[in-house]
Amino acid sequence: MIIEGAAVVIEVDNVNTDVLYPGPYLNIDDPEVMKLYLFEGLDPSLRDKLGRKTILVVGENFGGGSSREHVPLAMKASGIGAVLGRSFARIFFRNCINLGLPAIVCAEAVAAAADGSEIRIDAGKGRVEVDGRSYDTPVLPPFVIDMIRGGGLVNYVRRRLAERAASEE
Amino acid sequence: MAHTLAEKILLDHTDAGDLKPGDIVPIRCDLVLANDVSGPVAFGAMEQMGAATVFDPDRVVMVADHFMPAKDIRSAELQKRLREWSHEHGVHFFDQGRGGIEHAVLIEEGFILPGMVITGGDSHTCTYGALGAFGTGLGSTDIAGCLALGEFWQSVPGTILVEVSGAKRPFVSGKDIILEVLGRIGVAGGTDMVLEFVGPGAEALSIDDRRAVANMAVEAGAESGIFPADRITTDYLAGRTDRPWSALRSDPDAIFARRLRIDLETLEPLVALPPSPGNVVPIGSVAGRKIHQVYIGNCANGTITDLRQAATVLRNRRVHPGTRAIIVPSSQRVYRQALEEGLLEVFIDAGAVVSTPTCGACFGGHTGILAPGEAAIATTNRNFTGRMGSDRADVYLASAWVAAAAAVTGEITDPADVVGEGGP
Ligand code: SF4
Repeated sequence: MIIEGAAVVIEVDNVNTDVLYPGPYLNIDDPEVMKLYLFEGLDPSLRDKLGRKTILVVGENFGGGSSREHVPLAMKASGIGAVLGRSFARIFFRNCINLGLPAIVCAEAVAAAADGSEIRIDAGKGRVEVDGRSYDTPVLPPFVIDMIRGGGLVNYVRRRLAERAASEE
Repeated sequence: MAHTLAEKILLDHTDAGDLKPGDIVPIRCDLVLANDVSGPVAFGAMEQMGAATVFDPDRVVMVADHFMPAKDIRSAELQKRLREWSHEHGVHFFDQGRGGIEHAVLIEEGFILPGMVITGGDSHTCTYGALGAFGTGLGSTDIAGCLALGEFWQSVPGTILVEVSGAKRPFVSGKDIILEVLGRIGVAGGTDMVLEFVGPGAEALSIDDRRAVANMAVEAGAESGIFPADRITTDYLAGRTDRPWSALRSDPDAIFARRLRIDLETLEPLVALPPSPGNVVPIGSVAGRKIHQVYIGNCANGTITDLRQAATVLRNRRVHPGTRAIIVPSSQRVYRQALEEGLLEVFIDAGAVVSTPTCGACFGGHTGILAPGEAAIATTNRNFTGRMGSDRADVYLASAWVAAAAAVTGEITDPADVVGEGGP
């Protein structure tokens, strides 16, 4: 599974989901509207840097705090194809995987990336390339890779429900 | 094989024969929770999953609390959706004026028992560890999966054992214990971990104090914060539920990722400085900072214990003219009890605003938003930039004792300086 795109870098560590998507906008449930408020409490001008193929590059413990899925939903709606970070907060990481948005840990690749760097992620092989230089990442657990490959938790649950229905017949 | 308390609870909820930290396993949930923010997004995902019904309506609870009472049309639409969906699926539903803040409601109304697994579309689902349960916060798609299947995938967490000794000094509360933990391990120190609180100091804590502690486990990035169930848990549950449960404990030879020791004899009131719950300092080092708004409430510290502490400080005193105080009981039950105990009268006489139970300003939603340049002290759990309104406002986190003292003096103050050294 390969994802390519241009880097948009957020340098700071411990970026929480409140600043990524502030509370007042939680009464929105349409990702196409959510994306208008992504990064609102951090730096709204970051939105202008997002293209159709963006890899968001982040620091340590990215996405801590609230479980609001509005953050990865707005990211997907904005064209972000993967998040590459030094480390992720747990609920944010889960939310990304469940939405089929790869969240990849690779500190060396993060250190090498600058805004606009060409990034290529091979999640299955555990490899990240930044401007042609290659870095190894821990391979994601097979369950997580399957989840991302299968298009996320919606499809996974669909399959599980179908299996249950078949076994009951 | 020896297991931690968290591992034992998870083992009881999976078909996996054994498990260890890092394993990814399917876990059955005993209870699934969502609110007016996470619920409607989950309902959309559930439709996409092709699930027409929930796995068990009796194991699903919906609570309108975040933008409740509806602050605008969009919020009203979300609550309408929550209400209609709940009725259609026959699940438990706490509407406006019926429940209050979700985590207070579920604990106080007897939904939570030791040993349960609770998944909630809210990060503070970890609060249920106060009763020895494994509560964990999930996003909306995860919650949709739980609603449809009654299970979720979980990476088995390790455990940080927090050993608490000694007895609390006057004006020290559960809030100070968890702030001490956060100050030591930081906001990422609990990633992929559960915090387990043991020792005589933990065993002596009331359920309200345990709620304050467990609630902020997620502020360390932890999956949950758990107190093994004991006599205090049994007493608390008597009269709330007659469903059976059994108490589990970590095996003595279980493997812990880390141990922390907290001696209550030396613990003093603490304050988390903006913009992180991990920026923890002793109250003395920030005394005198000007406070424009005091907020006593939220799912961690809007309990009857917190309101009694606030009333002890505010009785026969007035809110300082340079500051404003907002007091939010966390549930209808607490609201009524505060009324019966005469606490609401104390607050009103002091010049505080008393609000209906709601998340409200805790997450910057409504009813108490801060202007640029203002500072608040709050008994809430997050002080991130912009959390309670303007991104140029400061939020300090502290106990109800400390927050109420600031209401009287208009600045951060040691409660002993207001009430007297000897304590209440
Ligand atoms: S009171 Fe605050 S922290 Fe608790 S559930 Fe509501 S918004 Fe979240």
